[in-house]
Amino acid sequence: MTSILSLSAEISLTVIIIVLLLADLILKEPNHKKLQGLACILMLIQLIVNIQPADAEAFGGMFRTTPMISVVKTILTAGTLIVFLQAGEWLKREDTRFKAGEFYILTLSTLLGMFFMISAGNFLLFYIGLELASIPLACLVALDKYRHHSAEAGAKYILNAMFSSAIMLYGLSMLYGTSGSMYFDDIASVITGTPLQVLAMVFFFAGLGFKLSLVPFHMWTPDTYQGAPTTVAAYLSVISKGAAAFALMSILIKVFAPMTAEWELLLCVIIVVTITVANLIAIRQSDLKRFMAYSSISQAGYIMLAVLAGTTQGMASLVYYVIIYIVANLAVFGVINLIEQHTDGKVERDDYNGLYKTNPKLSLIMTLALFSLAGIPPFAGFFSKFFVFAAAFNSGFYLVVFLALINTIISLYYYLLIVKAMYINPNDNPIGYFKSGTLSRIGLGICLAGVVALGIISCVYQFLNDTAIL
Amino acid sequence: MLLGLWIARNTNQVRGVMVTGASMLLMLSAYLTISYISMRSNGATEEMLFTDSITWYAPLHICYSVGVDGISVVMLLLSSIIVFTGTFASWKLQPLTKEYFLWFTLLSTGVFGFFISTDLFTMFMFYEVALIPMYLLIGVWGSGKKEYAAMKLTLMLMGGSAFLLIGILGIFYGAGGDTMNILEIVKRDIPYNMQYIFFPLVFLGFGVLGALFPFHTWSPDGHASAPTAVSMLHAGVLMKLGGYGCFRVAMYLMPEGAAVWGDLFLILTTISVVYGAFSAVVQTDLKYINAYSSVSHCGLVLFALLMMTRTSCTGAILQMLSHGLMTALFFALIGMIYGRTHTRDIRELNGLMKIMPFLAVGYVIAGLANLGLPGLSGFIAEMTVFVGSFENQDLFHRVCTIIATTSIVITAVYILRVVGKILYGTCKNPDHLKLTDATWDERFAVICLIVCVAGLGLAPFWVSDLISGSVGPIISQLIQ
Repeated sequence: MTSILSLSAEISLTVIIIVLLLADLILKEPNHKKLQGLACILMLIQLIVNIQPADAEAFGGMFRTTPMISVVKTILTAGTLIVFLQAGEWLKREDTRFKAGEFYILTLSTLLGMFFMISAGNFLLFYIGLELASIPLACLVALDKYRHHSAEAGAKYILNAMFSSAIMLYGLSMLYGTSGSMYFDDIASVITGTPLQVLAMVFFFAGLGFKLSLVPFHMWTPDTYQGAPTTVAAYLSVISKGAAAFALMSILIKVFAPMTAEWELLLCVIIVVTITVANLIAIRQSDLKRFMAYSSISQAGYIMLAVLAGTTQGMASLVYYVIIYIVANLAVFGVINLIEQHTDGKVERDDYNGLYKTNPKLSLIMTLALFSLAGIPPFAGFFSKFFVFAAAFNSGFYLVVFLALINTIISLYYYLLIVKAMYINPNDNPIGYFKSGTLSRIGLGICLAGVVALGIISCVYQFLNDTAIL
Repeated sequence: MLLGLWIARNTNQVRGVMVTGASMLLMLSAYLTISYISMRSNGATEEMLFTDSITWYAPLHICYSVGVDGISVVMLLLSSIIVFTGTFASWKLQPLTKEYFLWFTLLSTGVFGFFISTDLFTMFMFYEVALIPMYLLIGVWGSGKKEYAAMKLTLMLMGGSAFLLIGILGIFYGAGGDTMNILEIVKRDIPYNMQYIFFPLVFLGFGVLGALFPFHTWSPDGHASAPTAVSMLHAGVLMKLGGYGCFRVAMYLMPEGAAVWGDLFLILTTISVVYGAFSAVVQTDLKYINAYSSVSHCGLVLFALLMMTRTSCTGAILQMLSHGLMTALFFALIGMIYGRTHTRDIRELNGLMKIMPFLAVGYVIAGLANLGLPGLSGFIAEMTVFVGSFENQDLFHRVCTIIATTSIVITAVYILRVVGKILYGTCKNPDHLKLTDATWDERFAVICLIVCVAGLGLAPFWVSDLISGSVGPIISQLIQ
């Protein structure tokens, strides 16, 4: 099927953006509550309308979609919906409520960019998608510009983003120079792995490595997460990362297939370095947002294991890992956000001492989500880690899997430090009890259900395994 | 089968629920044992009985498959006895009672699941389920250096499971990558070079939990800091997971690897047997003494397994059973004594026999069982182990056996020293004179365990027949 309708997900998302823009204009201030409700409902509609997997191309192969791509889009939409559910607590503050409209519109623009990025069949469209996903994010990071270090974070993010996309563009120009085309299919059939093409691949990889915050392209991550509003950091850590990981995998396998040996070596080194460095630095963090930044860097390393596998099994494990990672990470960020908003900015680990006594439910959610991130059964993270490891092992990367496994122990240590703070450390003056809003509770509830149930219910992985194609 | 029974019900009447749950579990295990024996005597010849299998993750051939043989039946019985008595031993636990029992239940779920699984993935999952509650149980309700001990224990055991996971993947893909079921994998040949790499990983992974020599250091700290019932369950059952796993997974599935690496590990286990016993001699904390004694006895389990004769492996399982019971008894008694005197230092305890005669007598019985007095369980187990080990003709195995046998003497030294010091003599601390003897719930727990210890010692044959019937196929796999 070749028609404009194959862009249905993108079109409906654009419609949502326009509707929200108009609503922001029409509704009287303060309109943050109505906007949140509207955004959530529209996202739910988007989710339902586009749940049907499509297999099509448009614009002569510039844009294409497969069932797997549709599934990934659905997952990203669902993740964004959860972020929106959690955003209310932050956006109801006096100094942010008038920006609620901007928040939703900018977030959806980046989502649209990611959609184009993963659907691209041509490096130009890919690049446009990437930029559309990066630039509004810089605005989002700086949205809280009078508080914290939000403006600094925004500046850091935009500079790094520009730099890395310049490098990537340079790589793409080399690719164009050697192959004479920007279409994925044409390039794949022409390139042979000459040194210039290898360089192009490395440059391209560096550009996406920035999005994924792999070591050594991770320097912006902790500062940006710390300075950005927590909700934005949550969005940055899961949605943007998930989309980039998927795009990287499909392009490496499809376009750079003749250079498999080169990028496998590159990935092996980067994975080990990423996981190890991030884990070792994470131990020393006391600010939970910085801590989660390093945790998300190391999680990106685990996701790359699935890319390394380079098989359909790896593809299924990657998407599965991303789903689990989205729910678990959003649960943790949701709790951090709630506590930050209700205590006027407490995000230090020591602030969480004795949390279990006053807020047992939040601590429980946090604990389960952290266990899931650490890969403890019977929570979903265990399964996703296992599948990723199995996929990489099946492709013969024993040593990398082994080193990654050793690293799970380190990560367990620092995740347990937070659990310890909540349950064991005594505190004379713990954070008081508070009641969170309904929508955030729904958001956390979805995450919790995902963390607990997604592993035990096997049909999710089964489904991904059936739809996965390279 | 037995799983998931209680978790949902832990609400208000926590104790009531726990007792009902634990008794139900005990009855179910007893029923399982009886029906297992009767099925065997009716001529059932399959390796595993009561098997069932539900496909879970089809793309990776992961199934939820369960089944029991003689070894797992015995282990299930042991676990349920200890959970049952452990419930009574932590009757008065105060802060956060509900949470405590919730984690405790999760821990036992892991243990039961592990013993009934015949699928590598499910087994590994339950193994980890059993480990993680330990962190909170020790960290929140423990005593002494609890945070340090809890972290050390969790990280070391999880480190072991990292080895294990890669080993399991190795087995899975080595066996062709189309089944996770142990009973299926055994029929295939894993290539020799795969076995050579992955046997030590799996053995070490389980060995960490079985307190294999250089990796035993979590055990004394962990046991000493854990609350009573958790020490009981941990030393009594969880450490057996290590031995069971080594036998069922590492040795059963990778016999050629076992043949190559066996000698090296045998040396390590011999060291842990003797070293554990010597360390126990110099300790002054009651729990540390017992923890090192556990290292020594669990070392003996692995030692006997690596001897790879039918008698010694039967002995190893018997030793698991007997050590599980005695050590639980020990930890229960130590917990009760500590609850009264608030010290576990043997230099400050004297003449307890007069003050709390019931606990003291229990302690003596536990001690005698530990040093292998005929009529109690320890004797049967150690006898079988050493006789079985001596069946090996070559010099190396004999020397190891002789060295390991000396541990019996050393055990006698530390047990008798402690008994003499804390139970007899005159009490010098006036505060201790006012203390009372055991209450009914404590008496009940202690009596249950003593009955089991003595029962195993006096009528061992039905158990050893049960075990050796199932050890047979595994050994024949090893000897090939």
